[in-house]
Amino acid sequence: MKRMSRSIGLALLAVVVMLGGATVASAQQTLVGNWGPVTHEDQPERGGGPPLADWAGVPLSDEGRLRALSWDAGILTVPEHQCKPHPSTYGYRGIGGPRIGRIVDPDTFEVVALTMHIRWMEQRRTIWMDGRAHPPEWAAHTWQGFSTGRWEGNTLVVDTTHLKTGWARRNGVILSDDATMREYFIRRGDMFTHIYVLNDPHYLAEPFVKSSGFRLQDNDNVAPYPCQAVEEVDRPRGAVPHYLPGANPYREEFAAKYHLPVEAAMGGPETALPEFIKQFDTSDTALPPLDGQELADLLGFGAN
Amino acid sequence: MSTGTLAARPGLRRLLALAGVATLGVAGVVAQQNRDDVVVESLHVQGNVHMLVGAGGNVTLNVGDDGVMVVDTQFADMAERLIAEIREIAGSRQIRYVVNTHAHGDHVGGNAAISAAGAQIVAGNFAGQINFRTGGGNPAFIIAHENTLRWIQSPPGGGEAPPYEAWPTDVFFGRQKDFYFNGEAMLFLHQPNAHTDGDIFVHHRGSDVVSTGDAYVNSGFPNFDLSRGGSIQGYVNGLNNLLDIMVPFDKQEGGTYAIPGHGRLADEADVVEYRDMLTIVRDRIAAMIDDGLSEDEVVAARPALDYEGPYGNPETFVRRAYAGLAGN
Repeated sequence: MKRMSRSIGLALLAVVVMLGGATVASAQQTLVGNWGPVTHEDQPERGGGPPLADWAGVPLSDEGRLRALSWDAGILTVPEHQCKPHPSTYGYRGIGGPRIGRIVDPDTFEVVALTMHIRWMEQRRTIWMDGRAHPPEWAAHTWQGFSTGRWEGNTLVVDTTHLKTGWARRNGVILSDDATMREYFIRRGDMFTHIYVLNDPHYLAEPFVKSSGFRLQDNDNVAPYPCQAVEEVDRPRGAVPHYLPGANPYREEFAAKYHLPVEAAMGGPETALPEFIKQFDTSDTALPPLDGQELADLLGFGAN
Repeated sequence: MSTGTLAARPGLRRLLALAGVATLGVAGVVAQQNRDDVVVESLHVQGNVHMLVGAGGNVTLNVGDDGVMVVDTQFADMAERLIAEIREIAGSRQIRYVVNTHAHGDHVGGNAAISAAGAQIVAGNFAGQINFRTGGGNPAFIIAHENTLRWIQSPPGGGEAPPYEAWPTDVFFGRQKDFYFNGEAMLFLHQPNAHTDGDIFVHHRGSDVVSTGDAYVNSGFPNFDLSRGGSIQGYVNGLNNLLDIMVPFDKQEGGTYAIPGHGRLADEADVVEYRDMLTIVRDRIAAMIDDGLSEDEVVAARPALDYEGPYGNPETFVRRAYAGLAGN
């Protein structure tokens, strides 16, 4: 009996070791597939887009805030701006989810890289998994940047450099071409959570962190998204739409609509903290009931 | 050291910083820094074109069956290292042309040595002129706008001119000069009163690359050399001319590349970002002038605050822009 107990113990130990080994072996989960966005989180921003001059909770620096206040949405009608895709610092918050593939070395079967493709403006990026170095500082920058990845347990960790001057929100939150990004892809069953941590020494006072959810889809279609710039507005040659300092007509619009202090809408790291609002007298800031259209606008229904 | 790929190379921040310091340089003045440790590195851009960095302005090579064209030559004491890198890339192909995008010493310092390391095919009376000029040698031609020759011959402020062998031999005074070289059209496009009054873009049309000299940089605010005819409006005009040339491949990326005078390789979207910055800051300064602010008051108002991070201290830029916009 004693010998049998010992055998059972050894067998259990072997099973534990095997399971442990299996756990280690499966630590590098696959992300390959077509993923659709789950937009329960920050739906307005991820649908129709955020209101103008709504930067509450965005850790803007003073330089970043001036840049945002200078931003005029009319810039998007300038031909050279029309076909810009979302940079990787925003793409996962935009329309659509990623189709993720992989490049495999034909001899060793090692995964050399993961490929990601988001439909809007055909955002295509490659995440190199083979340990290669990033390019020199004087090499060209791209919208998706240069990305290298590694697995930490079941989490894919990606570091990105060589980004073009881009954005982190569709209402003037600009990131410089010195910005860098670290991302975490965490899969749980047929879901994965994407978390990005944006750093910009110029336009962010602190790292800007956002998370987004995605669900595995059966449909593997990703339609093409051609773009050709056209003249939308007749302007003098070289005209650049922008607001002069102090002249942004939308500066207080969002704050007024939602009965917020303007300081809250202007962003900065402090506006991300619950303590921030306590310094203001909010006794008269109760929201009036929303009508149907306002509710639809707030939730981004019907937007694309 | 030729890499020919996008592999990482250390120490570039230091090199770019050194190059940035030299941006304001003038012939014969800025060659005092210690550049002994600077390594010349290169990158194949596309087609016939390679980009070289070291100390001073970026250098462009066009390499093919006709030989080598070298656009800008950094400082005189960088010439040996540049020639070694050119040999690494081009092998035994002769240097046929040196081109100066403008007159500053960090772009023309190596003219004499690099020209002498090459050879040009000449005949008739012109051969006699070349021999007279060089004492019997047969160096590569040096192409520039006529105003650039003038500033090299006679630097403003009584500066010392470089030796005769470093002067451009092949100048033009019209809107553009062009000829075929290495199987592609080469266009030399004058940009009046931008960084100086002698700036040219060199458009390698088949390779789809433009060498811009300091009429486009992305490592700092632009420098309008007022003593050599530069101006903010001319600089803005030059950037818009550059955007007319450049065509992105797809989704506002790739396609035509620009090798800036200083800074990193750029495509149209990068030039757009810089043009937008300069236009926006110009408009802000103009509005302040309209409101009656003095030069010092404009500087104190920091009209380029949101671009100081990427581009550095703007005071010289703002003061020179003010001078141009106020008509001083």
